[in-house]
Amino acid sequence: MTFFQADGLSIHFGGIKAVDNVNFTIEKGEIFTIIGPNGAGKTTIFNLVSRIYEPTMGRLVFQDQDITQVPAHKVASLGIARTFQNIELFEHASVLHNLLIGRHCHRKSNLLSEILFLPSTKRLELEHREKVEEVIDFLDLAVYRDQMIANLPYGVRKVVELGRALCIEPTLLLLDEPSSGLNVEETQDMAFWIEDIKNDLGITVLMVEHDMSLVSQVSDRVLALNYGRVLAEGAPREVQENAEVVRAYLGG
Amino acid sequence: MRFIFKTRYEQDLNIARHGGDWFWYGLLLVLMVLAPLVLDLFYIGELTLVLIYAIAGVGLMLLVGYTGLVSLGHAAFLGIGAYTNAYFLGQGWPFLITFPLSGIVAALAGIAIGVPTLRMTGLYLAIATLAFSIIVEKVFSHWSSVTGGFDGLPVDAPDLFGYELWEPWQLYYIALVVLVLVLWGSANLLRSPTGRAMVAVRDSEVSAQSMGVNLAWTKTIAFAVSAGITGLAGALFGHFVQHLAPDSFAILLSIQLLLLVVVGGVGSLHGAIYGAIFVGALPQLIAIARDYLPPAVSQIPGLEPGLFGVILVLFIIFEPFGIYGRWRKVKLYFDLFPLYKKATFKRQKAYLKTERLR
Ligand SMILES: Nc1ncnc2c1ncn2[C@@H]1O[C@H](COP(=O)(O)OP(=O)(O)O)[C@@H](O)[C@H]1O
Ligand SMILES: [Mg+2]
Repeated sequence: MTFFQADGLSIHFGGIKAVDNVNFTIEKGEIFTIIGPNGAGKTTIFNLVSRIYEPTMGRLVFQDQDITQVPAHKVASLGIARTFQNIELFEHASVLHNLLIGRHCHRKSNLLSEILFLPSTKRLELEHREKVEEVIDFLDLAVYRDQMIANLPYGVRKVVELGRALCIEPTLLLLDEPSSGLNVEETQDMAFWIEDIKNDLGITVLMVEHDMSLVSQVSDRVLALNYGRVLAEGAPREVQENAEVVRAYLGG
Repeated sequence: MRFIFKTRYEQDLNIARHGGDWFWYGLLLVLMVLAPLVLDLFYIGELTLVLIYAIAGVGLMLLVGYTGLVSLGHAAFLGIGAYTNAYFLGQGWPFLITFPLSGIVAALAGIAIGVPTLRMTGLYLAIATLAFSIIVEKVFSHWSSVTGGFDGLPVDAPDLFGYELWEPWQLYYIALVVLVLVLWGSANLLRSPTGRAMVAVRDSEVSAQSMGVNLAWTKTIAFAVSAGITGLAGALFGHFVQHLAPDSFAILLSIQLLLLVVVGGVGSLHGAIYGAIFVGALPQLIAIARDYLPPAVSQIPGLEPGLFGVILVLFIIFEPFGIYGRWRKVKLYFDLFPLYKKATFKRQKAYLKTERLR
């Protein structure tokens, strides 16, 4: 079974080939990391996978299903969750509210039952809440539960965004630069959480990351990208020592 | 300051946060129920108008304050509700059918404007809804066989179980019941997935989508519910004025409704109530002010809409969260006295946001 596969994935913006014939597969249960200098096309790959961008060419396969035509709002219910490089939380809402929106793809109530707030709707809401509380416990967010996002420090927002993605109960989690903007301690926490997400929750992780020590610590396999093309793929150490990758990072 | 000790998840689902809230809401409701017994006719009328504004305000609040979509055309939905109700009452249909029907027809009109404008936001949406309301106004004046054209349309009294309710206090109670039901339904919606999806769309469309929120569906629902509620307010407004004319539903009314939402406090149902009181009282305040102003100023044509505009702009600049936002600050000030810090409500500029994915 193919868990996840990008097959000849390409997207062109005018003349720029942001992603150019990229192939990779992700095995279930691993942490797969994409590295590369700024502008390499890493975030663009995420936007392709979450179906925000339309690929110029190529195919995306998830759990043996071709998802290249799935609309963006259906991706979550397939079990693919993501975070954003520049944090896209719902700012004027509480942490709890943000996490509950993560449950949206599991919505079973209909409009009428919601307007009347029937007992069935209330029961479903309580079930969502229980799931959300599990995530709050997992990520230690209890003290921030009722706070507005707009009042939270950057590091906490980053964790809330991770939590919101976990509320989807995904099988594949996309993390775009989880450690960017975090201090050393927060980065270490993030590394532990990512490992727990893999080991305890059994979620497969596709990650974009710049911090090489974090990459080596958690990744099973690494893919290096430059100018939208694959430079190297393999174990973290191998890729980091690859001559072409070194040259790309040094700007050669 | 009150600390709420929570022991069950249900507590976060309740409409009122604690017993104290229920007490104040209950007291307010009792006062509202008793009001017609002590007030004279003029004030019953004014209060009825405030209730009608509040219903329409809740409708517009769901769209503007919670979904982040602006509308400069809500007078059209008010008008559609009013004409639908009046026309079918005139055909001899009972009020208990024409009234919900006016909401449904307005909701369908909301979908009709919501779907083609799905990809619009901000100024473009404002212009599109404005254009829509101008078209609707033209329809009111030219579709004479239904609307009576420029002669207008008389509105029969609402009838309940065979009784015709001509008395102002009867309309007052109808409006009060409708407002309570609309508030209850809206609060329910807002504590359910659809309401959360609306807030998500308002704050970040990309991530809403990645959470499984269908943008097109959510915006369409927001337009439909908002227009439907406003249509109900329109039906009551028709009973209030008792005679419909096309120019009752012009742009000025739309601006007044937007003023209501902004001044009351964007993003809260309380705000819609505060805003309704403000907009209801404003003409009186302006009339009083007129007596004290030099004639050269008070006789300027268009003084009223001009003032609406000025107030709107001042609120947007100085108190974007409206009267309700100001009230919360004052309340916190006393709760924390003397420890209140000026920076408590200052927004942190914690990080930069790229524009690329917006
Ligand atoms: N929507 C877009 N329109 C035009 N160019 C884009 C768009 N999104 C990304 N790009 C371009 O694609 C390239 C890769 O960007 P990105 O994937 O964000 O890089 P990174 O690897 O740093 O995440 C850049 O040259 C960027 O300018
Ligand atoms: Mg990036």
